[in-house]
Amino acid sequence: MKILVCISHVPDTTSRINFTEGNSKFDTNGVQFVINPNDEFGLTRAMWFKEKQGATVHVVNVGGPETEPTLRKALAIGADEAIRVNAPATDGFYVAKQLANIANEGEYDLIIGGRESIDYNGGMVPGMIAKLTGANFVNMCINIEVEGTNVTAAREIDGGNEIINTSLPLVVAGQKGIVEESDLRIPNMRGIMQARSKPLKVKEPIDTNIETKITGFSKPDSKGAVKLVDNVDELINLLHNEAKVI
Amino acid sequence: MSVLVYTESEEGRFKKIAFEAVSYAKGIADMLGTSVTAISINGNNTDQLGKYGASKVLQVSNDQLQSFNASAYADTIAQAAKREASPVVIISSSANSKYLAPLLAVNMEAGFVPNVTELPTSTSPFKISSTVFSNKAFATTEITTETKLIGLAKNAFGVLENDTSLTTEAFSPSLSENDFNTKVASIEKAKDKVTIADADIVVSAGRGMKGPENWGMIEELAEVLGAATACSKPVSDLGWRPHGEHVGQTGKPVSSNLYIAIGISGAIQHLAGVNSSKVKVVINNDPEAPFFKAADYGIVGDAFEFVPLLIEKLKEFKTNNA
Repeated sequence: MKILVCISHVPDTTSRINFTEGNSKFDTNGVQFVINPNDEFGLTRAMWFKEKQGATVHVVNVGGPETEPTLRKALAIGADEAIRVNAPATDGFYVAKQLANIANEGEYDLIIGGRESIDYNGGMVPGMIAKLTGANFVNMCINIEVEGTNVTAAREIDGGNEIINTSLPLVVAGQKGIVEESDLRIPNMRGIMQARSKPLKVKEPIDTNIETKITGFSKPDSKGAVKLVDNVDELINLLHNEAKVI
Repeated sequence: MSVLVYTESEEGRFKKIAFEAVSYAKGIADMLGTSVTAISINGNNTDQLGKYGASKVLQVSNDQLQSFNASAYADTIAQAAKREASPVVIISSSANSKYLAPLLAVNMEAGFVPNVTELPTSTSPFKISSTVFSNKAFATTEITTETKLIGLAKNAFGVLENDTSLTTEAFSPSLSENDFNTKVASIEKAKDKVTIADADIVVSAGRGMKGPENWGMIEELAEVLGAATACSKPVSDLGWRPHGEHVGQTGKPVSSNLYIAIGISGAIQHLAGVNSSKVKVVINNDPEAPFFKAADYGIVGDAFEFVPLLIEKLKEFKTNNA
């Protein structure tokens, strides 16, 4: 089985969110970048397939050279090969088109992405890859088992979960549950050393149409200070008469 | 030409988010000088949709579509949009809508903007604002495609009444075998329990509760309020509560009217998942807990003292206001 894991290079959750150039660009100054957490759950599940079922695991990212440390980290965790599509990740559709092209060229059986990236929260790239390549698709995937080309997957729904039967080729959007938090791996020294000599291929983007473009950012008005109360009668009164939520 | 809105139902009953989506679609239709067409898949009592501004319902009644199927549902909506020559298609942010959205966008060759909280700032060029960075910022996006797909954030626009006379037409999509390559084998869902996705109020608790045996009061408080129960990440990692209750960046998002956090310190990953809730209340015995900075109302105090009191007083309040 050939697996492609799509890795988004995102600001760490604790980053301060600021914008530059007249509020048109995200300010990366002082920001630490990480593997998107939802992608990391999927990457870890891919490692399980590598170890238990002999799968080959490639990772891919759409981004400039500054995203390579994130790909190297994925190699250090255990991926066999990395691909970087040398273009800024301008919008979800653009990224999906690039990744669908990589997916078609590499003839992958299983493509794993994340439920959403924690920066733009679009949640659209994996599904778009599926539609563009004609693969099956499971969103918000919390378990996946593969036997031959048959797949049993679990998906989170509002208020529960659902078991789905499908087949390869398949795209899944993973999240916590596809592996547990405790299964996540911190690269060890051996992995980091090996990652240096693993292939990291750089590919130029294909031409595609642009469907959306961000023209500016803004930040919400700062919130007023918390109102502290010392008894529940006052709290109920405020929730009823002031906030009008009960 | 009309604005198309996908109105979600469960076991035939329309969800509140369907009415919110119709209200929003009406707002866009007014800006474009057109009307609203709703597409309903196996929903009953479609008349209700007129109350929020729909003037036509395309009613799909199809046994093959009894359980949700992202590919078949996306194809159905795309065919309806084509028939109506819809310049804009509106969907919600439920788990099912998020599943079908990317398939629908590619199918319609539509630029897609999810997590939208307001009407477009202009329709020509088409510019619209949405939340990004886990609600810590807004982005304005220009959509340049002929058809636009909008994913409406939950509980942001509100349900607005707008009585409109409504006609209903049957609609039969043409579906292919490929639409059914993914099949639902089974569904596990708690019955008679408010889900976090649908709840107006969410009662959430963290490690401050000291152990799973103390959750009785959290469930009771939720019951009094008609709320869903939720928990912080450590609590679900420790196995005190099921994973499905974990809210936060890697758990479920919450956009309720009221979010009550009990014994939750308010780690940034937790806040990222809950900060689109309208009103946040925190009860915590540590006055330095970061959640106090994010909350609207707070009690610095022991949950084991204040939660039972709150239950008692809320019961009185409910009786008096019934």
